Amino acid sequence: MKLTRILIVGLLAVGLLAGCGQVPEAPVGLSQFTDSGIDPNSWARVPAGIFLTGQYDLQVDLDYEYEIMVTEVTNAQYAQFLNEALAAGVVRIAPGDTIDGYDHLKGGAIRYEGNAVFGHYEGDEYNSGRHEEKIPAGDYVLFPFEDIASRINFDGSRFTVKEYYENHPVTMVSWFGAKAYADFYGYRLPTELEWEKAARGMDDNRPYAWGDLEDKRAASFYKYGNPFQTKNGWTDTAPVGFYNGKTYGNYQTIDAKSPYGVYDMNGNVAEWVGDIWLELHDRVFKGGHKNTYAIDGRVWKRNSAPPQYVSPNVGFRCVRDI
Amino acid sequence: MSKFKDRLKYLFTTTKGLILMAIAFIGIIAAVWGTLSGPLAEIGVKDITIDLLNMDMIEKEREGRLVMMYHSIAMIVCAICAYLITSHVPMKKGYKTLINNLATFSYMIIMVFGFGFAYWGHNWTFHAVYVAGMSLMYFVGILLAIALWPWNKDYYLEPGSEYSHLKSGFDMERAAFFTVVVATLGSAAVGAWAGAYFSNGFEAFLAEDTIRYPFKTYQMKAIVGHLHIMLALIGIVVTLVFGRWYDMKGIWHKLSMPSMIVGSIVLTTGSLSVIWTEAAHVIVYAGAVFSMLGGLFLVIYGLPKITRERLDEQGIKKPTFWQGLMALFHDPLKFGILWQMIFMNFNVSGIGIFMAVRLEEIFRIWPHRDERIELSGHWHILSAIIAVLVLSYVADRMGVKGKVRQWTGWLLIIGSNVAFAAATQYEMKRLYVSEFMQQSVTNTLMLLMDFGLITIMILLAAFLVWRLIDLFKADGKWSVELKEDSFAASIITDFKDKSMITDVEIAIDQGVSQ
Repeated sequence: MKLTRILIVGLLAVGLLAGCGQVPEAPVGLSQFTDSGIDPNSWARVPAGIFLTGQYDLQVDLDYEYEIMVTEVTNAQYAQFLNEALAAGVVRIAPGDTIDGYDHLKGGAIRYEGNAVFGHYEGDEYNSGRHEEKIPAGDYVLFPFEDIASRINFDGSRFTVKEYYENHPVTMVSWFGAKAYADFYGYRLPTELEWEKAARGMDDNRPYAWGDLEDKRAASFYKYGNPFQTKNGWTDTAPVGFYNGKTYGNYQTIDAKSPYGVYDMNGNVAEWVGDIWLELHDRVFKGGHKNTYAIDGRVWKRNSAPPQYVSPNVGFRCVRDI
Repeated sequence: MSKFKDRLKYLFTTTKGLILMAIAFIGIIAAVWGTLSGPLAEIGVKDITIDLLNMDMIEKEREGRLVMMYHSIAMIVCAICAYLITSHVPMKKGYKTLINNLATFSYMIIMVFGFGFAYWGHNWTFHAVYVAGMSLMYFVGILLAIALWPWNKDYYLEPGSEYSHLKSGFDMERAAFFTVVVATLGSAAVGAWAGAYFSNGFEAFLAEDTIRYPFKTYQMKAIVGHLHIMLALIGIVVTLVFGRWYDMKGIWHKLSMPSMIVGSIVLTTGSLSVIWTEAAHVIVYAGAVFSMLGGLFLVIYGLPKITRERLDEQGIKKPTFWQGLMALFHDPLKFGILWQMIFMNFNVSGIGIFMAVRLEEIFRIWPHRDERIELSGHWHILSAIIAVLVLSYVADRMGVKGKVRQWTGWLLIIGSNVAFAAATQYEMKRLYVSEFMQQSVTNTLMLLMDFGLITIMILLAAFLVWRLIDLFKADGKWSVELKEDSFAASIITDFKDKSMITDVEIAIDQGVSQ
């Protein structure tokens, strides 16, 4: 009987504890490994031609060439964009909960704390799809910089990156925020097909940019045990291009770039793509992330969320036409 | 040699032996394939299993492998359902023998060749035999429907019977079993139609991966309808069997059986109507109300019954509240079955309704993956609850007694409820914790889930080991059960009244034949 009581009380206590989230501690590798040596300002050329898309290898012809960023946009790059865009009057700062055009934020996963950067979006065409939400023209949150998960600070005049995170991929950026960055510099977000081709190459049907098999030395997925995983299992972002064959302390990586020389297409952070679906307001992000299993990082897999969604697991990269 | 034959006869011809063997196969599959995902995969056991068994794990084929695995396990469960029905519902001995034998043969070839094809290369002969096995199992369903034909006047009830019936004597419970079997055949046919379409192009997908597609084909919708209704129908069959096991009768039986019949028909229609109408959910809700009412009536009938039976054993005519409560909790296996039906509402039905009501605030906001986790959790819990219900029932019928019964029953209840509650919290976590802050929450919930599921798996393993050791004994329980089964068959064949079947089964389980 005593054992039963202890068991019940213990379970209740554990249950109550389970209800409390915790701010993750800084991982050991954060201050040790701040740069992978891969230049985040470099671009890779993807030639025109046929490639195999999707899980079942449908042949698609992208009959134009384009360039794609070799890594995801970093915090440093995004902070620079925010400073330039603020100075140019393209974006404005306002409390994050003053979002217009969307009524369903409070009960769901999208919660913004504090002030955020807002920018204008011209709106989606609304087609009365069964589950479609209206995305009308208006100002939307690009980046909730005062949220606890943000890696970029604002001191009242300038945006700066929190220590050690300069070369990490920017996260907590909405689809609007990703598009605003691309628009500002004359780039665009990749289409899903462009993204997949860049990850997969021309000739084969590999599920991962580096090849056919899941490999813990090739990407950051859930509990893969890289230097950015904390003791309780939470994984922080790794610097862009981290999996390039280098050894970091005792941690050996393999060169996990795609056949076109693009890094981080699977894992670390997922990436917004630019497609707007007919009769669906969701936007797609690809590649899985540090908080998913590798199966979610296979190149054909999709995750999606409304364009207002921000996450410590989602970033983006851009393409530019040649 | 004859002893070996006797053991084979026990395993392949008696209801208890057949169920034992089927559960053993599910246990082995759960133990081995459970290492390929979740916490065991995270700590590297997955790699060991794959290497050790030389599994062929091509990434793009994962969905196909899972579909074959689900179906292989589901067919074993269907065979168990067939055994339970032939054991509890009066029918000709020839039908019972044919159905049981064919169900066993079917699930075995489905299991061997299905897993063989999915995990060890693609020998197309294996695939053909797997499909042939599925077709045979479908034929088992047809045979069951024929055997259960409720308009057979041999099985009409006497006027004034305490069991649900029409004025003519038409047996409503038999009709309920018949309805579920026919509904299952229809739903399986729809699944086969869509399955044949996709596998013809060698494409496999998981329904939860397609939920956000704005445009779905009829076949994709058919898969969604199929998977929902098949699990629901298994739940209804199991509930009907439990009704028989508790010998449900009187007013609650008379209310429950029509409810089950209407529920099965409407629920099936609703689930499959997702193919052609957007109003499918409304029809499903209506059907679910009837089916769940049928289950509720069993609970309302069962809880006072087990309490009363215990009090009668103790000779207590006017119990205090405490005595009543202790009597209710006296037998954790019988109480557990009814409790799980109540508990299911907190974890599955209630959550489903909650999500539906707050659709605009949840699924319009959550990332697809979070919705997918919710959906996967939802049906894993429902499947696991059904498994725990069947385990409780089997433990009861296989003569788990005394202190072992108490420990088994309570650990099953505690283990499963902790695991299911934690899984429910896990799938709903986005409502109360952000992605950034969630790690401590997921760690705790995973720990609770593991505790619960490991408890259940240990119990299952202990049970199977106990019965395996027993098989090596010359005069083990198996030999007694073999004699009892022959004895029961000889009596029951001549009876057309289900109450007699229940009486005989109960008497045998209590050891009267000895």
